[in-house]
Amino acid sequence: MAPDGEVTLSKDFIKGLWKENPVIRQILGMCPTLAVTNSATNGLAMGLATTFVVISASTIVSIIKSLVPRQVRIATYVIIIASFVTIADLFLAAKFPSISKALGPYVPLIVVNCIILGRAEAFASKHPVHRAFIDALGMGVGFSWALILLGSIRELLGFGSIFGFKIMGAWFTPWIIMILPGGAFITLGIIIGLINQFTGSRTVDTSCH
Amino acid sequence: MDKRIIKMIVVLTATAVLSGGILALVYKKAEPLIEANRLRELKKAIFLVLPEAKDYKTVEKKGFNIYIGIDENGSQVGYAFVATGPGFQGKIKMMVGLANDMKTLTGMKVLEQVETPGLGNRISEDTFQGQFKGLSTEPEITYVKNKKPEKPNEIQAITGATISSKSVVAIVNKELKKVVKALKEEEVEKTYGP
Repeated sequence: MAPDGEVTLSKDFIKGLWKENPVIRQILGMCPTLAVTNSATNGLAMGLATTFVVISASTIVSIIKSLVPRQVRIATYVIIIASFVTIADLFLAAKFPSISKALGPYVPLIVVNCIILGRAEAFASKHPVHRAFIDALGMGVGFSWALILLGSIRELLGFGSIFGFKIMGAWFTPWIIMILPGGAFITLGIIIGLINQFTGSRTVDTSCH
Repeated sequence: MDKRIIKMIVVLTATAVLSGGILALVYKKAEPLIEANRLRELKKAIFLVLPEAKDYKTVEKKGFNIYIGIDENGSQVGYAFVATGPGFQGKIKMMVGLANDMKTLTGMKVLEQVETPGLGNRISEDTFQGQFKGLSTEPEITYVKNKKPEKPNEIQAITGATISSKSVVAIVNKELKKVVKALKEEEVEKTYGP
């Protein structure tokens, strides 16, 4: 661990954005990533809801980490995560009914998003509260931008708009495949492929050593 | 050994009880707002399918909720009801408006659907929904493909989404029959007594 606390904190934050980005690096949380990114708005809403849950859950897990016996830690984490997901779900239904409708069952499904349990188990349960908070924030922001990027590309090609604003003119024929499930796989695959190509990092390299 | 088990039970129970308590509080705050949203949506949909209505009252007939539209003078302008049935990929839920004569539709609005984006989900576009306005329901509503409808009981199916269009027609027909039957029975009761 670096002696300088500042450096560690910023590292904890930055790694979620890029080096350990949950979507494009860890390939975690694929269910919401593929399912709700047919528009930029949906991607943003899912990103924010997940960020809220991962921050809250990681913080609480970090606070109570010394109280929870090892054998029941996962069960405890799941109860905590499920509670925050339910809060997020109720909040969306009460304040943003149209977004809640668009995301449908994918809000309750945040419970089983492995990013959240992953951060609780791998980071928050082993680190002090402030680092757990920053780590979760980084992961949440990293997840959000990946979903917004994916949603924007799919919405642009599938509807000709981004965040509901028309970008393409009348000449543009929407590629319907892009807003269907297939478009999610194609877009995500190309994004990850391009990023691996340009950063030159392939998991194969490390496993060969 | 025993102490560890007790600790496990205490921690899990405490977590569950706390979570439950907090959720109950949040739910109590959120529930009226969610209910208000639902009512607002319902009201909007009713006024959309019964354009002349300024107010509505709910009557329950044989398990249906039928909304009776009332204009500013207090006279009845028609009936509205929710029709639900299977679509191409999942449930389609619609609000249907029926004129006082029970033979003409005054409008249709899709409330919920999970049809294919870009194809089937065009059932919620105004060009499709609008066709139901003024549609005659006797004989049964039917659909035509790739040409303009000619008869007063016909609508034009969406190109590439025949199944979704067909489902909408089928659901409207089926639910309409039930609602009209329920409404007519009520009239008989009115005339001849129960």
